[in-house]
Amino acid sequence: MTAGDGRIELTDLCKRYGSGPLVVDHVNIDIASGEFITLLGPSGSGKTTTLNMIAGFTDVTSGTIKLGGRDIAPLPPHRRAFGMVFQSYALFPHMTVAQNVAFPLRERKVAKEEIARRVEETLRLVDLGGMGGRRPDELSGGQQQRVALARAVVFSPSVLLLDEPLSALDRKLRQTLQQEIKRLHEELKLTFVFVTHDQDEAMSLSDRIAVFNAGRVERIGTPADLYRDPGTRFVAGFLGESNLFSGRLRPGGVYEWAGHKWAVRDADGLPAGRDLVVRPERLLLAAAPTDVPAGVNSVQAKVTGLFFQGTHQRAELDYGDGMTGCAVLSPDAMAGIRAGSSVTAYWDPAHQVLVTPPTDPHPNEETA
Amino acid sequence: MPASTASPPTAASAPPAGRRPAARRRRAAALLLLLPALIALILFFVLPLLDIIIGSFTDPEPGLGNYLALFSDGYTLRVLGRTLLVALIVTLVGLLLGYPYAYMMTLASPTTRAVMVTVVLVPFWTSMMARNFAWMVLIQDGGVVQGILSLVGLSGVTLLGTATGVALSMTQVLLPFMVLPMFSVMQQIDRRLLLAGQSLGASRLSTFRKVYLPLSLPGVISGGSLVFVLALGFYVTPALLGSPQSALIAQIISVRTRDLLDFGGAGAMGVLILVVTLIALGASRRLAGTGTAVAAHAVAAGGDR
Repeated sequence: MTAGDGRIELTDLCKRYGSGPLVVDHVNIDIASGEFITLLGPSGSGKTTTLNMIAGFTDVTSGTIKLGGRDIAPLPPHRRAFGMVFQSYALFPHMTVAQNVAFPLRERKVAKEEIARRVEETLRLVDLGGMGGRRPDELSGGQQQRVALARAVVFSPSVLLLDEPLSALDRKLRQTLQQEIKRLHEELKLTFVFVTHDQDEAMSLSDRIAVFNAGRVERIGTPADLYRDPGTRFVAGFLGESNLFSGRLRPGGVYEWAGHKWAVRDADGLPAGRDLVVRPERLLLAAAPTDVPAGVNSVQAKVTGLFFQGTHQRAELDYGDGMTGCAVLSPDAMAGIRAGSSVTAYWDPAHQVLVTPPTDPHPNEETA
Repeated sequence: MPASTASPPTAASAPPAGRRPAARRRRAAALLLLLPALIALILFFVLPLLDIIIGSFTDPEPGLGNYLALFSDGYTLRVLGRTLLVALIVTLVGLLLGYPYAYMMTLASPTTRAVMVTVVLVPFWTSMMARNFAWMVLIQDGGVVQGILSLVGLSGVTLLGTATGVALSMTQVLLPFMVLPMFSVMQQIDRRLLLAGQSLGASRLSTFRKVYLPLSLPGVISGGSLVFVLALGFYVTPALLGSPQSALIAQIISVRTRDLLDFGGAGAMGVLILVVTLIALGASRRLAGTGTAVAAHAVAAGGDR
């Protein structure tokens, strides 16, 4: 069983429990072999259910899952041959590290010497060489998750499924293991399907991100594309920070919000109900209105807080009308800006994007 | 940083001066709390037990006479063998009934689980006499159980007054001791381990055998040794449902003390069964580590003798 074709096609995938609503609602994702794809979304958005359907732990209500062009719906989990890493590590506590890693090989009746060789090799791959004799409970959380990773890839699966593998770890370990996972992906060239609710994790690891919202894939694309052009207000709010204005698009390239009129480009033919997004690093602040250059869009704001963060400073802004936002600036660009002062926030119209406002209320949206 | 490197030495140098007397005082207080139980245990358990052990060597005359008689009368060993066999059967049948039951309890909804616990505990809550007489009615000649057995072609099976009838009733009575330890261990098994096993290429059956079963084993050993030990010393059920021909060891101890007034001989039998019990507990401790055997001791002390 070698790393074969790891292409996964999800077509109109749906899941419904009993007679409840669809928790996964016509999900279509085509995952290329060797791709690192992240299913990102708030809890209850259907991302984990989707992963469990791929793994075979959850029955599919309708739709198909294909691996390498073959429908895998009839296959039980143990015949799908996907590696899987769980948030809770799920190491077998009654086995040593080496026995844990050997488990999938023993199930596949691999010869003894071959098992010993591959276990040691895989443990070295995750920096745990020589730890084979330990018990899982003698290891730290980070080490346990490395064992789980080794166990999930030791049998050369074509696909690795990761269900929030870093959520149980502290911040520093999370970063180390992120690099580890990235490195594993590059070395092993498997398809990685990674589930998380952490946008930083998603953006720094993935080739592509599928943003889940209320059971649907709201957007799918590379991290940079999704960040630059989120497309919907939900994605803008979930991926990175935003200054979000809910105004209206007027004829003639004008966007109107709370009495302000801003220039917009390429907005012909778009419906009037669009939200305008400016990313914090695209926003500039001027202490006096006279400092604002020509040809930009601007808005009055009150600085409610200033935070020094080493490489940059962060200004919390209040635009009135209950609208808040933030700007991230180099320390030099903050000259003359004080907490509590009124400023003019401005940006180049090229750096703003229009997104679709939510069609139905999503209660989780603002928590992102 | 400087503050944190400076503080450990002060923290380490402080205790020798101030903490030791406090620790000693705390230990003394703990001892004081244990005292009532300790006194009761010595007065009502250790001293009588010593008396029995000493009596078994000295009554009616000093020496090993009582023990030699036990091993040579050809009767005691047979009864002991029968008692061990009944206890073993009760344990094995209890395991077969209790394991799936405890497993289903871990899967059931909280309401269903509460019902299942109640069903297991009902024999616990009924009066011992009511329970045993109920079994007597059930298994007597012409009773319900015999009727059912004759339906499946086993007519004329006598249960009342036999070791089989006794084992049947003991199995039911001891089931909670089997189910509850197993349930408490099974409940702590992370079910995601089973998903992990399947994701790694093991079928459901294989995952159960290699992951779930080994992890549930402490509960099995704990419940099994508990039931085995309790069954060894069971008296009321065999006395009521059994017969002198199928007597178990507790019955012949009773006969010795009350009818024959052979306290030395009865004491020797008591010591014998105590030794067998300790061997059984020691073996289970070996099998499952200390924790379960300690639990077995704890519950055995309050058991239904």
